[in-house]
Amino acid sequence: MTGRHTPRPGAAPLPRMIAAQAALETRMMLRHGEQLLLTVVIPTLLLVLFSTVDLVDVDGERVDFLTPGVLALAVLSTAFTGQAIATGFERRYGVLKRLGASPLPRWALLCGKTAAVLVTLALQTVLLTAAALALGWSPHGNPLSVVVLLLLGTAACSGLGLLMAGTLRAEATLAAANLVFVLLLFFGGVVVPLDEFPDGARAVLGLTPLAALSDGLRDVLRDGAAMPWGDAGVLAVWAVLALAAAGRFFRWE
Amino acid sequence: MHSAGGTPAVEAVGLVKRYGGTAAVDGLDLTVRTGTVTAVLGPNGAGKTTTIECCEGYRVPDAGRLRVLGLDPATQAATLRPRIGVMLQEGGIYPGIRALEMLRHVAGLHAHPLDVPELAERLGLDSCGRTPYRRLSGGQRQRLALALAVVGRPELVFLDEPTAGLDPQARHATWDLIRELRADGVTTVLTTHFMDEAEELADEVAIVDAGRVIAHGSPAELSRGGSADVLRFSGRPGLDLASLRAALPAGSQAEEPSPGNYRITGDVGPRLLATVTAWCAQHGVLADRISTRRHTLEDVFLELTGKELRS
Ligand SMILES: Nc1ncnc2c1ncn2[C@@H]1O[C@H](COP(=O)(O)OP(=O)(O)O)[C@@H](O)[C@H]1O
Ligand SMILES: [Mg+2]
Repeated sequence: MTGRHTPRPGAAPLPRMIAAQAALETRMMLRHGEQLLLTVVIPTLLLVLFSTVDLVDVDGERVDFLTPGVLALAVLSTAFTGQAIATGFERRYGVLKRLGASPLPRWALLCGKTAAVLVTLALQTVLLTAAALALGWSPHGNPLSVVVLLLLGTAACSGLGLLMAGTLRAEATLAAANLVFVLLLFFGGVVVPLDEFPDGARAVLGLTPLAALSDGLRDVLRDGAAMPWGDAGVLAVWAVLALAAAGRFFRWE
Repeated sequence: MHSAGGTPAVEAVGLVKRYGGTAAVDGLDLTVRTGTVTAVLGPNGAGKTTTIECCEGYRVPDAGRLRVLGLDPATQAATLRPRIGVMLQEGGIYPGIRALEMLRHVAGLHAHPLDVPELAERLGLDSCGRTPYRRLSGGQRQRLALALAVVGRPELVFLDEPTAGLDPQARHATWDLIRELRADGVTTVLTTHFMDEAEELADEVAIVDAGRVIAHGSPAELSRGGSADVLRFSGRPGLDLASLRAALPAGSQAEEPSPGNYRITGDVGPRLLATVTAWCAQHGVLADRISTRRHTLEDVFLELTGKELRS
């Protein structure tokens, strides 16, 4: 008898558990090579390429058009694509199941994931802002409106990503999340202005979360609008619907 | 050795769990006394994992009564989970996480965890501590999963096939750890399809087949219950069985199932072996290929189910 294992069960304090989970999720997200390609390399390359090379017609300075869209794309890449793929595989490999047997409550696990997404997004925003400023970007508007839009966009994208991860097979999530990323990259008003599309298509595309977010950010950052309520409303509706559906249909195993 | 009193650590009565129309667990009764090691032994598909996962709160039983540490796992999982340790049959770990990183993380979710470096060393995980999970060998993965189950100092641990795929050395390290848990008062429920594991470790064995417990008791009780032990030898055909029987201790039997092959059943021990070889010497018989086989859980299982257990 060593006494080493003498039972002394108990959960760590909740704030400590959430902080540990958030730190772990953040580390794993930043360590993941393919994820970094999606969250850092692609948005940065797009920003540099499209603002220095005359590939599409835009009104005014290209970097002023592009930066809000690329910031929106960063949200999509981290909160939606990256989170959906990672969570889908965690479900497939039983990680969510295993952690379900630990003292960490499920809602605290989700808090950890959200914190990791927010930390990654903050890093992306700093990086992309620095790159854009170096390219001559001159932002306008109220920073608070920008933060509100980014948070609404994050909530909508997270809800959709978790809904996908919790209901589809991991491989299907991998394929679909990447496909959505690429499609919205071209049809979500990031590099090609939505004005370039026919009216009918534009109306539909404008309702996608990425288009609403990039349009809203552009209204503020380029045009100095106070708060684009229409785009914010679209994002809020997406956020509520997606998070509710994820809460309802998410399967942990 | 252990008091039988108090609330059992696990109490299942008439447990039923169906998948679709078929019952994976079909009226299972199981009582696990606090502080003991209980082995749930049965072939693949017997319903071991389903039973354990009902206890862990992952599956909700369709019928029957289930209490784990006095709680209903289906409705009181939040209270139960900090008190139990879980080793899944497979998976459960981030593919990209490093072995020690995962162990440290799970330790950090508990109030009074074990010392992580010490536990890692005990289980031979220190050398692969910085290796991502997906690059660990099967045995290393098993040992990490075991470490995760015990690091939170639980009262009760569920180990689903803890030694499947382990080499003998790692298997013994696992057995030593389970014995240590028991010595420190932790209750262990493990599933296995290895007879020797159940015999070696368990205070109580529940033999499960087709979703039911078909026999239970200590390994000694179970192996005493069935047919007797066997001694075999070969010699020239047609030996005088009546004379041999007369020489044997009471309760033994001698037969010649095929010409020249002899089979003696009874309490096979040194005395019986000495008697047989003495009789052979007296009768000028060169006994060839003498073998003894004690009645094992394996035989019990075969008798009860008519099936071989993979061992
Ligand atoms: N999720 C599931 N869906 C459908 N059938 C299942 C599921 N899990 C297990 N089964 C079936 O239930 C039976 C018992 O399985 P299991 O409890 O895993 O047995 P064991 O752990 O003893 O090998 C098997 O026939 C298995 O195929
Ligand atoms: Mg099993």
